[in-house]
Parts: sequence; structure tokens; C-alpha cells
Amino acid sequence: MSNSKNDNTKTSFWDKLKDSPSTDEFMKGIWKDNPVFVQVLGMCPVLAVTNTAENALAMGLATAFVLLMSNVLVSVLRNFIPKQVRIASYILIIASFVTITDYVIQAISIDLHKSLGAFISLIVVNCLILSRAEAFASKNTIGKSVLDALGMGVGFVFALLCLGGVRELLGNGTLFSYSVFPEGFQEWIIMILPAGGFFTLAIWLIFFNFRNQRKATV
Amino acid sequence: MLNKTLNINTSPHIKMGISTDVIMRNVVWAMLPIAAFAVYSFGWSALLVMLTTTGACVLTEHLLCKYSKKESTISDWSAIITGLLLGLTLPPAFPLWMAFVGGVLAIALGKYAFGGLGSNVFNPALIGRVVLQAAFPVAITTWTPAMLTDRFTSIASSTFTFPFMTPKVDGLTGATPLSAFKFDNIGTASQDLALGMTSGSLGETCSVLILLGGAYLVFRNMMNWRIPASILLTVFVFSGLFYLMDSTLYPSPMFMLFSGGLMLGAVFMASDMVASPITPIGVWVYGFAIGALVVVIRLWGGQPEGVMYAILLGNALSPQIDKLIRPRVYGTTKVSKK
Amino acid sequence: MSRETQQQNNSNSTKMLVAMVGIGVICALLIVFTFEQTLPVIAKNKAEALEKAIFKVVPNASSFKAFQWSDKKFIEVDKSTEGELLYAGYNSENAFAGLAIQAAGQGYADVIRILYGYDVKSQKVVGFYVLETKETPGLGDKIEKEEHFLANFEGLDVSLNDNSTIKNEIETVKQGTKENAWEIDGITGATISSRAIGDILKESTTYWMPIIQGNKNIFRLEE
Repeated sequence: MSNSKNDNTKTSFWDKLKDSPSTDEFMKGIWKDNPVFVQVLGMCPVLAVTNTAENALAMGLATAFVLLMSNVLVSVLRNFIPKQVRIASYILIIASFVTITDYVIQAISIDLHKSLGAFISLIVVNCLILSRAEAFASKNTIGKSVLDALGMGVGFVFALLCLGGVRELLGNGTLFSYSVFPEGFQEWIIMILPAGGFFTLAIWLIFFNFRNQRKATV
Repeated sequence: MLNKTLNINTSPHIKMGISTDVIMRNVVWAMLPIAAFAVYSFGWSALLVMLTTTGACVLTEHLLCKYSKKESTISDWSAIITGLLLGLTLPPAFPLWMAFVGGVLAIALGKYAFGGLGSNVFNPALIGRVVLQAAFPVAITTWTPAMLTDRFTSIASSTFTFPFMTPKVDGLTGATPLSAFKFDNIGTASQDLALGMTSGSLGETCSVLILLGGAYLVFRNMMNWRIPASILLTVFVFSGLFYLMDSTLYPSPMFMLFSGGLMLGAVFMASDMVASPITPIGVWVYGFAIGALVVVIRLWGGQPEGVMYAILLGNALSPQIDKLIRPRVYGTTKVSKK
Repeated sequence: MSRETQQQNNSNSTKMLVAMVGIGVICALLIVFTFEQTLPVIAKNKAEALEKAIFKVVPNASSFKAFQWSDKKFIEVDKSTEGELLYAGYNSENAFAGLAIQAAGQGYADVIRILYGYDVKSQKVVGFYVLETKETPGLGDKIEKEEHFLANFEGLDVSLNDNSTIKNEIETVKQGTKENAWEIDGITGATISSRAIGDILKESTTYWMPIIQGNKNIFRLEE
């Protein structure tokens, strides 16, 4: 029904969605301002826990969850927090949600918790989350902050999956633990070692910069 | 246009008449006997490995120059040296597809990521080798013995492994003198070591030919003799001290000198003109650091061989060494600090 | 004027204090709530992981009890107790099936933690499971996967002499040269890791075997 109504006014639902500022708020995190490939924020988990696609997905979701919840709370309390203690307050809020995430992951799977290790606790110092709290949530309404956090969160998950996928594929011959290559595939051990994280990230950054440069020159 | 990487050095500014490609060509001449001996002792597969790495390096160099819209630099022989050196550090029956990957990475990561010839911080061949070591640790430590009778009639089955597949190992593998010592405490006769009658990487076995090649370059004034001299001396003195302390636990200094990749590394790799310090004192410091690291890694490290890592760490140190040890500017006196 | 600034400062401090305490309280409540909700699930997960490992190393076990060595005797303790524990496995007929013992030692990359099964009657190591390892993937982690290596632990001799010391200490030998029941057939390409396992087992068995054989009656169920 809504579709026909839109057709009457000669603007489809998608056109409207495309032009609305909220879409922009959401989409910028995924592509234009991607936290990893464009802003190069939060490198510690990006390099350390992307050795398999599963770890990358879990880490991405955990970070996105903390980002979303802390953005909401910071935005709600933005008029209540005095500016002298704002960073301390943000850290307190972020740390609480990280602790909560830590418990939840332990409850979901001990193995997953083991493979992510100390990097769950280290979400506290992920500058992506603090920068969104400081630069966005503390100045915008809850609705906008939620959209911003969702966009950045999805962008972060996407970036981590890009790394984790490539590394697991070459380093282990699997994707989400499913064999992709025929029997006898030679694993590139380096890809699941820390060095492989740096190489893969560099290659993705080259790809993104190359694209952006091209766009700029066209 | 001047760019920021312009290097301003102290005098003298007088240049020698020989250019980069002349030096490079002579380095290749010096390495050819080693390569020939590798083919003689390990057979056709050795030749294929070296051809593959050299081809991969030259091809990568050419393509990267083309895409960055620069004049192709393949004619200056430096890519050929990198490829040949990389080939000499690989085991004889190494799968060709892995050798190709190594060659591509050596040039792309070791040379062009830093800005091409003259700007590389590390020896490119070693970068290729170290990536291969980390990526395919099993294949790169599978050694076929030297002087097999069928080395010219058949080629090891692992050489032609289909790309991205695990190589199949024939029954015949041998331990290198270093790993035999490290893991099983078995020594090897010095005579075999010097003449290259042992298993190991293609170019590391025959120490005599390596020394001859090095002597030729030093004689033509194309290599800094202090680099190999300081490394070999440090290793000899250092390991000699430990050998004197406990000869049952530590290998003899002669064994340390002639086994593994030390000779090849000291003569042809550590002496990379771009990645080593320029002042004579700096070179001694550099050689001492590499030699000490070789001994430390070999004696207490997890792996039997450490020349590769030692040289790379030395390369990383050399800009700092150059910064700390500066020659006195001509015409000035030393400034005394109060 | 100075009084005014001071007042403003005072009100600012109060505001800050209220804000920080307020946020602190909200956060604390959130954490406590999650903790309460997840605690039973986490405890269950941990117990299941331990149970799985124990049943893997003690053949035929279907239930287990935890024991602690203190004051020169074994006492039964709660299964979730922290510290160095021994686990006694029992089969479906409630008969004593064997012990599961934790051990740890330096590997190639980091400390390796293992659990091994011990059959008290035949005096043999009968099972092996790696609890925690950071060994190089593809090389050192063969200690968890390589079949010929794991086959070592189907009956590794650790029997005692009359004077309560181990007859033959466990030793890792080169792959394919295992001759005696107390030797571990090593892995080519994972020499250091496979030797580390041998050393961990040697150290742990020389310590525990005399103690266990001297106090073995406590593990039997009183019927």
C-alpha cells in the first residue's frame, strides 16, 4: 500500500530513503567514513583477532554492541555530564558495557571467550568508541546517535570480516570453518600469524585509497 | 623538483667512474660459480628454483615500474641479483609456485614498498625469504641431500607442485648440519662443510666458492670488505668463547663459521650497499651486531638457523648507526661539550 | 567577585560529583544485573568444558570427583575449586576408571597446559588432551592433531620401582624410532613442541605417580 502511495507522488520509497539525512548518518560509517579503512581507528583488535572470520565477526559484533549502548547512554546523559569530567564519564560508561559484553560472551561460549582472550577487555581503549562518544553522541539526539553507532558498527564488522575472511581463507583454507579449497591446499601460515594481519590490512588500505583517488580524479 | 628524500652527505663528493649496473653485473658474476655448484650438487630442480625466483623478481620489477609510470629499471641488474640471492637461500626441491610468490614479494614488499632501488631499508631477497619461511615453514625446511645419483635424470616431485597445493615429500630428506647439531647433537665434518657436501639451501653449502666470489668483489673494490670480515670475526670469537667454556654443549667456532647460511649471508646479503651503514666504524658496529645475533639465535633460539633474522635486524639498525657515528666534517675540529 | 567564582566552583564540583556518582551507580547496576544473569550459565559452560576434557582422557568414565593433595593426603573438594586438582573418573557401574591430572610447562611459543589420563592399575598414561596452547599453527599445534603422536598416549608406561620411583622416565624420541613403552614418538617439524610435551609429562609423572600409588585407595568408592 505504501508503495502505491509513493508511486503517486512520483518518488519511490528508496529515493526518499536515499535522500533522507538519517540514511546519510547511517551510510557514512559503512563506506565513506569507514572506521577501519578510512579513519584507521581501533587497530588493536583489527590486527590481533582477525585470524579467522568467526573471531572477526564476534569481535566486530562485541565492539558494535558496546559502541551502540555507550552512544545511547552518552547521548541521553549529554546535558547532565559536566564538560570537565566528560572523558572520565565516557570511559566509565564504555568500561561497564565492555564488562557486560565480557560476561555475555563467556555465557555464549567459553571457547570463543578463550580465542578472543584479552582483546574483549581491550575494547575499552578502542578509540573508535571514545571518538564517537566525544565527536558525535555528546552533541546529537538519541535517534541520530543510534544511527551513527549502527553505521559505524556495521562498518567495523564489515572491515573486520574483510580481514578475517582473507586471512582464514589463505591461512587455513577455510571460511567460517567450512573447507573452501580441495584436499591438499597449502596453508599460508603467515596469514594467521600477526604479520599476516599487517599485510592484509595494508592490501585493503591500498585498495580503498586506490578507489578514492580514482574517484577524485574522475 | 627536489624532494624530501634527497640525501645530503658530507664530502667527499667525487664519484668513482663505475655505475650501479657495472657493480651489479659484477656481483652477478661473483655469484654464478655458486649457482653453478648448486646445480651440480642438487640437480635440475635447483636450476629451476633459481630461474623461477629470478624471473619472478624481474617480472615484478618491470610491472611495478610500468604501473607507477617510471622508466623500467630491470636493466640495472639489481632485480636479477635479488632473484638469484633468493633462489640461493631456498631448499633444492622447493615448489616452484612458492618460489615465484617469494620472488614477487621480495621485490614488491622489500623494494617497492620503500620506494625502489636505493630506498630499501632491508635486503629485498631476505624479505622474500623471511615471508616464505613464515608462510610455508614445512616446505622451506624440507631438505634433499646433496649429490643424489638421479639428480640429473629426474626432478623432485615437490618441484612441480600445482599452485596452492601442499608439496608431496619423497622419502629422501636430510637434516642440515645445524639442525642435526641442535636437535640431535650430531656434528658434521669440517671438510664436508667447506666443500658443500651437506644438505642445505642451494647456495649456502659451498663456503669456498662464496669466499672466492667475495674476494673477487673486494679485489675489484666493489664491496666493503669490513662487512663480511666483522661478521665472521664476531661469530668466530663469540662462539669460540662458549666452546672454550663447554665444548660438549656448544659447537666449535669452525662449525659455526662454515655451516648454515652464515657465509652467504655475510658476503652477499649483509653487504647490500643500500641497507648497511656508510662509515667504517659504523660498519664494524653493524657487523658486530649481526655476528652476535647469529650466535645468540643459533645457540639459544628456537630455530637452528638465525642468519636471516640477524641480518634483517642489522639492516634495521643501520640508519641509527649512521646517525650516531658521523664522520667529522672536513675542516672543523671536534666540538667539546662542556 | 572572588566569592562568586568560588560559589560557581563549588556548584560545579557538586555537579561533577553528582554526575560521576550517578553514572557510576547506573553502570554498577547494569554490571551487577548482567553478572547475576550470566553467572549460572558461565559456571555450567566451564563445568561442561572440564567434564568433556576429563571424559576424553579417562576411558569409560561417565562421572568424576575432584581431589586436592594437602597435608600429605587426598581430600575430596568441590569441582569448581581453584588450584591444582586431580580428577577421579568413574564408569557407569560406579567403579574407579582412572585419574585425570593437569600439567603445564614451557612450549615453543608459550606455556602449554595439558590434561592426561592415568590408569592406576596398569600404571600407564592412557589419555591426553591439550587444554591451552599457543604453538605455531600448522607446526607446533600438530601435538593436538597428529595421529601417530596421539597414539603414544594410549598406553605410555610410567610404572614404579619397588622404592617408589619411576622405572623409566618418559622421553620424546625422533619420529619413527620409538622402541620402548615409555618413549614418545616425536613429530618431525614440531620437534620442540613434541619434546615439550614429553618434558611436561616427565616432570608431572615423576612427582605424582609415587604419591598416587601410595594413596590409591582413597579413589575407590565406598560401597
